[in-house]
Amino acid sequence: MEPFRSVRGGGARAWLAAAEASLLRSLVGQIMSLVESAGVESVNPADDRASGQQDDLAGLEAMLHGPGADTIPEDPVLARLLPDGYRDDPEAAGEFRRYTEPALRSAKHAAAQEMLDTLPEVGGRIQLTQDQALSWLKALNDVRLALGVRLGVTEDFEEQWGRLKPDDPQWTAFEVYAWLGAVQESLVQALA
Amino acid sequence: MSTAPAEVDLPRSADKLSSDKPWVTIVWNDPVNLMSYVTYVFQHVFGYPKKKATKLMLDVHHKGKAVVAAGAREAMEHNVEVLHGYGLWATVNQDK
Repeated sequence: MEPFRSVRGGGARAWLAAAEASLLRSLVGQIMSLVESAGVESVNPADDRASGQQDDLAGLEAMLHGPGADTIPEDPVLARLLPDGYRDDPEAAGEFRRYTEPALRSAKHAAAQEMLDTLPEVGGRIQLTQDQALSWLKALNDVRLALGVRLGVTEDFEEQWGRLKPDDPQWTAFEVYAWLGAVQESLVQALA
Repeated sequence: MSTAPAEVDLPRSADKLSSDKPWVTIVWNDPVNLMSYVTYVFQHVFGYPKKKATKLMLDVHHKGKAVVAAGAREAMEHNVEVLHGYGLWATVNQDK
């Protein structure tokens, strides 16, 4: 890979080997399947709050995207991708989630899709507009969040990785995680 | 989170948690998000200058969390929605 560099007039460009492009496409595709499976576990119409302007708009959004769940997903990866909007207030968190989670899932799906659309399967030269680069940043970050949760990554990531033997099944996943961080870092620097 | 004071005449009766206290957007520390990325998101989402965005990012990193915006509850909920779109771990809180 040649890391991302800024492009005059905005955006960024990079070069990826076919194996790297294929890996990225596979990981981003997994995020898309994860956020697609919208859960409609416990929507209770009786919980609907009295309508006001804000509620009408939120209600319209919920209608367009379908009703949302009001509890945090059980899968820790999904729970991190779709976190609670309130702490220590389950009722407010549930209400917030019901109105925002479907749109958040769609937004994450759309960013991942835009990354796939601008990432040739055979790799090669990648040229992104500012908007496309933002989608890449979001999608790359979601992949890193998912991998980070699965690997139990902490602030001492380098030490965690260093303690593993190269034949450990997790070693390669840590290597991929580190590489994704480098890709994302180069894209942030190219846009900053 | 604190509840609304037991006043009889709340100015905004439609909001059950209304009070004079402003609402805030909090971003919590996270072992995955890159420091440069968090700074970039603060600049991009809030239009903060790099210096302010960097200071907020360092507060999140060293203190575990930082208040990144304050104002009306609806605006804070919008912030949190946007920040979740970027993968930041954000919540709405009533400032105490």
